Amino acid sequence: MTSLWQMSAAAIASAVRAGELSAREMVTSCLDRMQRIDTGLNAILGTRAEAALQAAAAVDAARQGGHPLGPLAGVPVAWKDNLVLAGELATAGSRMLDRFRSPYSATVLERLQRAGAILIGRTNMDEFGMGSSTETSAYGPTRNPFGADLVPGGSSGGSAVAVAADLCPLAVGSDTGGSVRQPAAMCGVTGLKPTYGRVSRYGLIAYASSLDCIGGLARTAEDLALWLDASAGSDPADATSVPTQPAITPHLAARRDLRGLRVGVPWELNGPGLDAEVAAAIQNAVAQLRGLGAEIVECSLPSVAHAVPTYYLLATAEASSNLARYDGVRYGLRRDAISRCDAMMMQSRSAGFGDEVQLRILLGTFALSFGYHDQYYGQATRARALICADFARAFASCELLLSPTSPVPAFPIGSHIDDPLAMYLCDALTVPASLAGLPALSQPCGFTADGRPIGMQWMAPALREDLLLQVAHVFQANTDHHLRRPLP
Amino acid sequence: MTTYTTVIGLEVHVQLATASKLFSPAPAAALGEPNTRVHPIDLGLPGVLPRPNAAAIALAVRAALALGGDVQRLSRFARKNYFYPDLPKGYQISQYEEPVSRGGAVPLGDGRHCRLERIHIEEDAGKLTHSDLGTLVDLNRAGVPLVEIVTEPDLRTPADAHTMLESLREILRFAGVSDCDMELGSMRCDANISLMPVGSTKFGTKVELKNLNSLKMVQRALEYEERRQAAVLSAGGRILPETRGWNDEAGESRSQRSKESAPDYRYFPDPDLPPLVLDEAFVEAQRRALGELPAPRRERYRSVHGLPAYDADVLTRDRAIGDWFEAVVAEGIDAKTASNWVMSDVLPAQRERKTPLAEFPIAPPRLAELLRLLASKALTQVSARAVFRHMLAHAGSAADAMAALGLLRIADAPTLQPLVDAALQALPEAKAAVLAGKERALDSLKGHVMRACKGRADPAVVDALLRARLDALRGQKG
Repeated sequence: MTSLWQMSAAAIASAVRAGELSAREMVTSCLDRMQRIDTGLNAILGTRAEAALQAAAAVDAARQGGHPLGPLAGVPVAWKDNLVLAGELATAGSRMLDRFRSPYSATVLERLQRAGAILIGRTNMDEFGMGSSTETSAYGPTRNPFGADLVPGGSSGGSAVAVAADLCPLAVGSDTGGSVRQPAAMCGVTGLKPTYGRVSRYGLIAYASSLDCIGGLARTAEDLALWLDASAGSDPADATSVPTQPAITPHLAARRDLRGLRVGVPWELNGPGLDAEVAAAIQNAVAQLRGLGAEIVECSLPSVAHAVPTYYLLATAEASSNLARYDGVRYGLRRDAISRCDAMMMQSRSAGFGDEVQLRILLGTFALSFGYHDQYYGQATRARALICADFARAFASCELLLSPTSPVPAFPIGSHIDDPLAMYLCDALTVPASLAGLPALSQPCGFTADGRPIGMQWMAPALREDLLLQVAHVFQANTDHHLRRPLP
Repeated sequence: MTTYTTVIGLEVHVQLATASKLFSPAPAAALGEPNTRVHPIDLGLPGVLPRPNAAAIALAVRAALALGGDVQRLSRFARKNYFYPDLPKGYQISQYEEPVSRGGAVPLGDGRHCRLERIHIEEDAGKLTHSDLGTLVDLNRAGVPLVEIVTEPDLRTPADAHTMLESLREILRFAGVSDCDMELGSMRCDANISLMPVGSTKFGTKVELKNLNSLKMVQRALEYEERRQAAVLSAGGRILPETRGWNDEAGESRSQRSKESAPDYRYFPDPDLPPLVLDEAFVEAQRRALGELPAPRRERYRSVHGLPAYDADVLTRDRAIGDWFEAVVAEGIDAKTASNWVMSDVLPAQRERKTPLAEFPIAPPRLAELLRLLASKALTQVSARAVFRHMLAHAGSAADAMAALGLLRIADAPTLQPLVDAALQALPEAKAAVLAGKERALDSLKGHVMRACKGRADPAVVDALLRARLDALRGQKG
């Protein structure tokens, strides 16, 4: 018999709608499991048990009253702590926002609630999304359920672990340069970074505005389709949001196999620098894809060689501006300097931000400074245009692109933290799609000999999440990598 | 002694008259208790994003069109980064390399113009108040929409600067862009001024003047700075690039900060806002909404309505004044009469009441009614003014006012006949004199009738009734 915590979001919602399962039961089960298991993981920064149980009771009452229920009715959802929910804390993993409580809600969380989802808890993350291991969180690192000494990836490490450890079937993350996909890969779950603008950013604590995307993490492509349908859509509160697209869930199972699908494998993302076991797992997956009828074509993205420096220049430049609001004047941490306001601001920022955040603010400030602006920020903007053009060319000859998600599987906690450059290179395969604003999905495709998950990344043309999810669904229907559960 | 040419350029901030802020739904009128007119967006809370206000964009475009600017089909918002406690996000959203409008000019009234370099849209910052409690921050004003109008260094005298600002204010008020009130801060001006020897073409080092809170202050501060720089240069000194604050009470400016080390604002395009793309239809709609500007209207008042230049100037000080005047003329009133009444009666009364012309208690058709009565000689100038004052105090029509004031003429014979008969009886000598052919004696009879009805009798009717009675008497004798 399946335990409640093993159920997918789709299964929960349909059972709740059918009256076979109460939302209250479901939420209680998840909260219990969080309490039991998360002490060893540190994925959850805080739960809202009372409000969640109330919301669940409301769903149950609506069902009993014969009212229509949403597509995520009764589904417990955790959210990354850089999304704000009215009345709740939102720390962004930073000391700076230690006790900050938001008076308003992020569009995506409101939409999930409207769809019947029950928001149960906030997940740990690298401070302001700046990190690839969830080690820069001011609230301690999150541990990987596939090995307690391993990082879960980052920055949405808490959300990836919440799903991987079956604390909840669905979690919301954010992906600026791979922060949903890379932890999904390292924790053996499926993660979707939608097209830039497809999910409103309103209420997402900004890291790098031109790259930030809200993403979803789940155990199946089907659950991600449900998540995206509930979350996406144009929003007047986000001037960069794109028009609402048709729902994906009704057509998710449109394909039985991959016949007729041309999959491009850009050699720049599948070449040297890959961990041998990762490379082998991808080769194996490619063989499986061929077996499912896909046509594999070689292709090239010549400019992605510049993707990592381009990404770090643009992201840090934007971050240096986005994080200027944390000055101790209106909210957040304040160190009171007796004399001057500027001293107060400086001391507050020095005390509130961790080392990685300070490093990136300094980098970004430099990249925008007089005399260097064109050489760094300007040059990065031009490189970004080249990378976008590469993708456009590549998609002229294939429907999807495939690569590993991360060049390496999960590494031990503490092994990279003093080497920012090594950490930044973990993002080499995910930042190209971020720079081009394209949708990308990571799904499990194998394991290392010592049992660490390996993920593969699909990249699609803008707004083709439908294709990503259909193909991921077919792959999951024919493989079992995504079914391996680390914790009983 | 060297004589100098003064070179002045202005940077004028004008608040756009919108209901809500540039990027948030909070009300744009920065009134009320501190920090009550704020939305999470204005506070720069974590996660908020700017929502462009289409009405503010429309007014900015209208300002650009009114000033002859070349409205850019694509412009871009940029972030100006600096730390200050009144700046909630740590950056101001402004426009930098790609402003909404380039070029344009402001007429100086004598055929000369002050050219504009650019007009860009930006948000206002909050306000700091220094008190015993420390420095207090009020963010009601944060996010209020502004346009910054930057001139070319075309002005040559402080008086020119004054004229330019007056002209600019008149145009922008006409265009409905802003009320341009310098005392209330809806128009703010910084001035750049430098001196160069007469005949030179190389500009001197410029100094920026701030804290200029009225048109007079702009002129006074520039005059002071002109003298100060001339004295420094004449003594062989060097002008330092600096910002100076004007102290109007002291009548002098003081150095605020040096510009040798300019702050680095690290401008870059705001990634939260797509480029501002204005299509032809939008720009044309703003052009239509702009209506007639003051200069063409003045010309029309002179040529079409035949008004003197003075009248045309007064009536075009404000769009509402001209509109009011035209509404009176549209009722068939002679233009000069309407102009006289608007200038010497309506406007002073309105100034006294401190209410907009739209709320003036006498509507244009009512004034027209009064002026028609005046034209038909039903009222004298003096009683017409009394009627006007009554209408001002009690509203209502001219006829109502005349009734209330007892100014209605008595012209019907049955009412006047007894008064005529009473006069003939009361003044037998006069009656006899008239019958004897002394026409002038008729006046004393008329006077008697008039006294009896406090002057309200229609003289023609009284005359006719008297003559009829006297003719009848002659007939009896004859």
